[in-house]
Amino acid sequence: MLKFILRRILIMIPQLIILSVLIFALAKAMPGDALTGQLASSPKMDAQTLHELKQKLGMLDPPYVQYFRWLKGLLHGDMGMSIIHQTPVTQLLAGRMENTILLSAAVLILSYLIAIPLGIVSGRWTDSWADKMVVGYNYITFATPLFIFALLMLFIFGFVLGWFPTSGSVDIRVENGTFSYFMSKVNHLILPAFSGAIISTTVTIQYLRTEIIDTKIKDFVKTARAKGVSESNVYTRHILRNSFLPIAAFLGYDIVSLIGGSVFLESIYGYPGIGQLFITSIAQRDFSVVTALVMISGLATLVGTLLSDIILSAVDPRIRIE
Amino acid sequence: MGNQPLLQLKNLRTSFRIQDDYFAAVDDVSLTVNENEVVAIVGESGCGKSALALSIMGLHQEGRTKLEGNVNFNGRNLLSLSTGEMNKVRGKDIGMIFQDPLTALNPLMTCGKQIEESMTYHTSFTGGEKKERALELLKSVGIPNPGRTYKQYPHELSGGMRQRVVIAVAIACNPSIVIADEPTTALDVTIQAQIMDLLKELQKKNETGIILITHDLGVVAEMADRVAVMYAGEIVELADVHTLFENPLHPYTRSLLNSIPSTTDEKERLHVIQGVVPSLKNLPRKGCRFKNRIEWMDDHEHEENPVLREVEPDHFVRCTCYKNFHFPEEK
Repeated sequence: MLKFILRRILIMIPQLIILSVLIFALAKAMPGDALTGQLASSPKMDAQTLHELKQKLGMLDPPYVQYFRWLKGLLHGDMGMSIIHQTPVTQLLAGRMENTILLSAAVLILSYLIAIPLGIVSGRWTDSWADKMVVGYNYITFATPLFIFALLMLFIFGFVLGWFPTSGSVDIRVENGTFSYFMSKVNHLILPAFSGAIISTTVTIQYLRTEIIDTKIKDFVKTARAKGVSESNVYTRHILRNSFLPIAAFLGYDIVSLIGGSVFLESIYGYPGIGQLFITSIAQRDFSVVTALVMISGLATLVGTLLSDIILSAVDPRIRIE
Repeated sequence: MGNQPLLQLKNLRTSFRIQDDYFAAVDDVSLTVNENEVVAIVGESGCGKSALALSIMGLHQEGRTKLEGNVNFNGRNLLSLSTGEMNKVRGKDIGMIFQDPLTALNPLMTCGKQIEESMTYHTSFTGGEKKERALELLKSVGIPNPGRTYKQYPHELSGGMRQRVVIAVAIACNPSIVIADEPTTALDVTIQAQIMDLLKELQKKNETGIILITHDLGVVAEMADRVAVMYAGEIVELADVHTLFENPLHPYTRSLLNSIPSTTDEKERLHVIQGVVPSLKNLPRKGCRFKNRIEWMDDHEHEENPVLREVEPDHFVRCTCYKNFHFPEEK
């Protein structure tokens, strides 16, 4: 097991190197740079100063020199400076990461809280009216794009009813560390978290429903019934445990969304997190931020797959990692 | 041999719903299993053997199945029991061994836990007592290292070992009847013999009644005290094992016995029964159901409404067509 994990981590190194080359090349391939939009349009800026400024920032060095400089920084935990924000990228991310993890964790937890009961009900009582309603709910949430649904929620609960704040992650008037600060955070979280959770339940519900329907006709369930196991225990001990396996496997991948955040949710709700930063940084050609974020989510994906394998081997005795 | 009737089926009929109609997969089956007796139920695939077993256990899918008649056990009609009452009978008084040991065990539970599970419901054993009993059971079904197997998951065992565990699960609470639904079909030949020997041995030791469902006549000859031959949901012949093999009467029984390949006649073609068991929907509801597969016989030789009749003491045959039956090649 330990050997397996170690080997997987070692394999990640070449994967990350390839990823870094691709990210760097793609980022450089974007037309324009951070200075073009900000300064070049200013009447005070002449071509000479712009050229000198670029030289000073190293933007005119050959690409491979820039790449190795960036890589060297990365290895030292230095992701460069954000030209737009004039702060180190690491510092810029730290503040936002907290918000993103908070929002993503809320989305994940809510999504499972909604999806698991619905999936169980619709799988256990197939073709009942409850099942038909769940399937109907699934069709609707699957067909609704997140950005439409989130906007609709924002409009109804934020603007029309005014129950929840419409942007930000916390009320600026409350003091950090107090109870009202915490409540304000929660209050800002509710609307985006629910919007994200409701739209992301589909896959879990559908998986769970299909798994339960498949599992409940399996022979070992008949064996359990033949032993005199009560109906509720047939479900909890035999059917559900087996049906949760694929869901458990997804848990590892969820960590990716935990760090990567949701571009749509954060943009629509003006929530200062990673997703929102990512989108604005692309628009402003803030290369160091973009490359850092893609690198991080790439790493998270690799760790996520490894985590999925570990979780699966922990819950399913048939899968043993050697 | 005790002759107390243990389980009595009376005119049992099991019908499945297909679209909006019900079709009987088990029709008018009456059968008694006595204490300490092995009753074999033989027939081709699709003749209703497994459906019969599941009917006794009440394990058919609810809402899609209609059960009529009586399954009398311990003075109660099992068909009239609620699920909760039936759960107290299943596993405790009647144990069941399933066909495919590869799928009959929960892949996520250790063998030990699966054996203990029925004790949880039917006994007041403590954890330690359950474990002790489980180890004892594993030993009695011939598991070489009970302590290890107790902790193993099903996938870590071979098919034969798993079937032994399945048997241990079925007999965990000392049921008075065990229903074995083709217990050796999924195993290879050498293992089949071992499992059959084990069943026989356990049956002798615990004095259990066994309903053995099989299509293997060799197994029947070796194991059974009485044999019921089923065709298309009905019992067509019922007799003790010696009578059945020495003096088979019903054309279907004779065809079955005739299909056993012989080692003495070399290079002879195998005998086959032409055609297949009609599907549930196309089953002839009137007259002899075997008629279509012995087309060389005249219609008037069949009974119009065949019933299971005692033609000699304890030997029952359905339909009169047996009287003049002969194989076409004998003509």
